Amino acid sequence: MNGARTPLRSFLRSVGSVFFKDWRSELRTRYAVSALLMFVVTTISIILFSLGSEGASPDALSGMLWVVVFFAAMSGLSRTFVMEEERGTTLTLQLLAPPGAVFFGKLLFNLVLVTGLNAVTVLLYAAFINGFVIRTMSIFVVTVILGSMGFAAAATVIAAIIARANTKGTLYPVLSFPIVLPLLLSVIEATRKASEGAFFGEAAGEFQLLISYTVVVVVASSMLFEYIWKD
Amino acid sequence: MNGRVRLVGEGLRKEYDRRTVFRGVEFSVSSGETLLITGRNGSGKSTLVKIICGVLTPGGGTLSLTSDQDDFPRDERGLIGLVSPYLQMFEEFSAVENLSIAMGMRGLRFDPRAADALLERVAIFPRRHDPVRTYSSGMKQRVKYAFALIHTPPVLVLDEPMSNLDGEGVAIVRTVMAEQRGHGILVVATNDLSDIDAHERRVDLNERR
Repeated sequence: MNGARTPLRSFLRSVGSVFFKDWRSELRTRYAVSALLMFVVTTISIILFSLGSEGASPDALSGMLWVVVFFAAMSGLSRTFVMEEERGTTLTLQLLAPPGAVFFGKLLFNLVLVTGLNAVTVLLYAAFINGFVIRTMSIFVVTVILGSMGFAAAATVIAAIIARANTKGTLYPVLSFPIVLPLLLSVIEATRKASEGAFFGEAAGEFQLLISYTVVVVVASSMLFEYIWKD
Repeated sequence: MNGRVRLVGEGLRKEYDRRTVFRGVEFSVSSGETLLITGRNGSGKSTLVKIICGVLTPGGGTLSLTSDQDDFPRDERGLIGLVSPYLQMFEEFSAVENLSIAMGMRGLRFDPRAADALLERVAIFPRRHDPVRTYSSGMKQRVKYAFALIHTPPVLVLDEPMSNLDGEGVAIVRTVMAEQRGHGILVVATNDLSDIDAHERRVDLNERR
């Protein structure tokens, strides 16, 4: 064999390898990034054309931002597992890496992807949508970070489930909606507070919910993943 | 090293949608021995191979891989190498990158010199930095051998070992099989008995339905 290994170091190396495999693959193929960017640009353009010169209320604009993020994330984040299934490399991953390492490696990749996506979406949205103003930046930044973590956590496990189904494309948003609904309601509410200029403490309830949601989804997913993944 | 290893299957059974693929599969094979798995198409050869590799859970029975060494690792991912037609490489990566990924995912350290030596051995060395998607099917099969051997597994599992290989490739595989028998367990699933020079144990899945 190849030298003594501690289980933790071996596991972390496995997680890192899954992540870097996906990362380098994405850099070469631009598969998920292209799909996500096209979706964001198209959706913001449609919102822009439909609003015209008329403004919309901060509530509506906060909601629309997260609608863009939700559907963009749902169109791109499933690629991590669907791509393995389409290329026939699911068995290869099952053979090489422990299920936990696959889950956390893919989760890490989705987290990087959705954080980048959210940053681009927010910048484009703020630049082009009239009336979208953030008065409490700290609330908004924390909301985007926690929202990204929650989206990545939910999207990863749902992608693993739907990758085995025949109707991958349609099943993903349908299955995702009820699962990410608590997350969506919290980020929309927190964004509304940020745009109204609320104090940071006033969004504490939303932040607690977002953190709890992410922790629960990650813990439950890591426990269930082996059963989803193996047979 | 792993000492003398032993692979034992007892009462293995598998069903798909209430259809029994096989049942009552028994075998015991030790280092230096070869287990031959035969059976007609659809008899479950590949299913049994996947169970041995730990990627499929049996419907019943037990499978164990043990060693006479105390520090024998318990995770079968570092202990088994698989070559099969349904095992796909990561085609956007080169042969060397695939070996690096395989070692990393197994939680092992990658040695580029060992990888080069292995790719030289399976006659892929001159194309080792090209993406695997540009390889012919025979070259991909050779990379699969490097993929399966890079961590020097005590158990090497070959499903249809000669598929897509030319004369040179067949000769390489025969050497690989002989070497594996010298230090570990060889498991071969095939219907073509000319693929294999000798075997000590045999499971005929036609008799296990």
